[in-house]
Amino acid sequence: MTAYLLLLLSTALVNNVVLVKFLGLCPFMGVAKSMDSALGMGLATTFVITLACAATWMLEHWLLLPFDLAYLRILSFILVIAATVQFVEMVVKKSAPTLYQALGIYLPLITTNCAVLGVALLTAQESMGFAQTLVYGFGSALGFTLVMLMFAGLRERLALARVPAAFAGAPVSFILASLLALAFMGFAGLNF
Amino acid sequence: MSRFFAPLKEGLWGNNVVFSQMLALCPVMAVTTSGSNGLGMGLATTAVLIASNMLVAAIRNLVSPQVRIPIFVVLIASLVTLVDLLLNAWLHELYKVLGLFIALIVVNCAILGRAEAFASKNTVAAAAIDGVAMGLGFTFALTLIGLIRELLGSGTLFAQASLLLGPSFRFLETTVVPNYGGFLLMILPPGGFLVLGLLLAGKRAWELRRQARSVAAGPTGTSPGASPAPTAA
Repeated sequence: MTAYLLLLLSTALVNNVVLVKFLGLCPFMGVAKSMDSALGMGLATTFVITLACAATWMLEHWLLLPFDLAYLRILSFILVIAATVQFVEMVVKKSAPTLYQALGIYLPLITTNCAVLGVALLTAQESMGFAQTLVYGFGSALGFTLVMLMFAGLRERLALARVPAAFAGAPVSFILASLLALAFMGFAGLNF
Repeated sequence: MSRFFAPLKEGLWGNNVVFSQMLALCPVMAVTTSGSNGLGMGLATTAVLIASNMLVAAIRNLVSPQVRIPIFVVLIASLVTLVDLLLNAWLHELYKVLGLFIALIVVNCAILGRAEAFASKNTVAAAAIDGVAMGLGFTFALTLIGLIRELLGSGTLFAQASLLLGPSFRFLETTVVPNYGGFLLMILPPGGFLVLGLLLAGKRAWELRRQARSVAAGPTGTSPGASPAPTAA
């Protein structure tokens, strides 16, 4: 049990997908502008990453490895992820129309979120077990959501600040992200 | 000739994937710890971009609009698999350094974006030129950021180019500051954000200044590079 808890902590904080591994930067810069949209995007991505990790694990261990097709990994994983996103979109639309309204535009974007494919490929490359893969995916997604929320909150404050003309908008957001990444470097000192 | 140079200028500066459109940020941040890495990643992406643009343009009349996105994704994923295997076979050192990010060219928004916005509406030749221009712009951005981070972080330029890109690139290797103590922050993740933020601010400042100058020069002074005052006076 502790092993899984430590894995969860290490994927969410120490090896954060966005700030340490540089995956999923597009939604990080594009969507994390208000707390609401950041939370919606984070939750939808959490759901998709966890599901996609489970689906790709089965694909990898029941189809690609037994038939010696590992070179088709990239191609088949992206198809599975696209199908998963479509599936999640349909389920959410049917079962929770209000949530669908809120997430609407963000759902299809998740297919091109490199965090999803990146985490799935990482778990496949390191040939983790099923439970380990699930925890790894869920932890990474939690880290993603956490950082999205922090960044959106900081940016809401930043919108009210007076910034030099040349830095307004994107440049100062990158500097902010740099400081946030610097703060997350501190977790690297934790020893598990 | 302008048919070739106009898109090239757009790709390198005016409509640069990284500096203007701010797409494909993951590889930009992750692999630019040195100039050689940036150059290698940029060239790999350019190869995929040119090939995917040409293929998409070639089949643009056969694919119905409803299923075009999955088809483009499958095409791009096949090309990326090819590049992945080729790099693994011939440039294994570079493959080890770039690792996961070669596979992640599939989800590079710039490639699907160009397929959707440009190649699916134009001829093969035009799409190929667009691919070259956008790819070179991307390579330029990656190499520039990589060089700045490498120079500040370890005082060298294109270190290990012969190891990563092949022996013929040895001439690029330079040590700018011998016995440099190193500035680790630039190599670590925060440095990537910092350098890109400052570069974007620099570009913005330059554009603002040019704008102010052309306003000062009056309505005739709109052409780029025109000397400021005399025409309006």
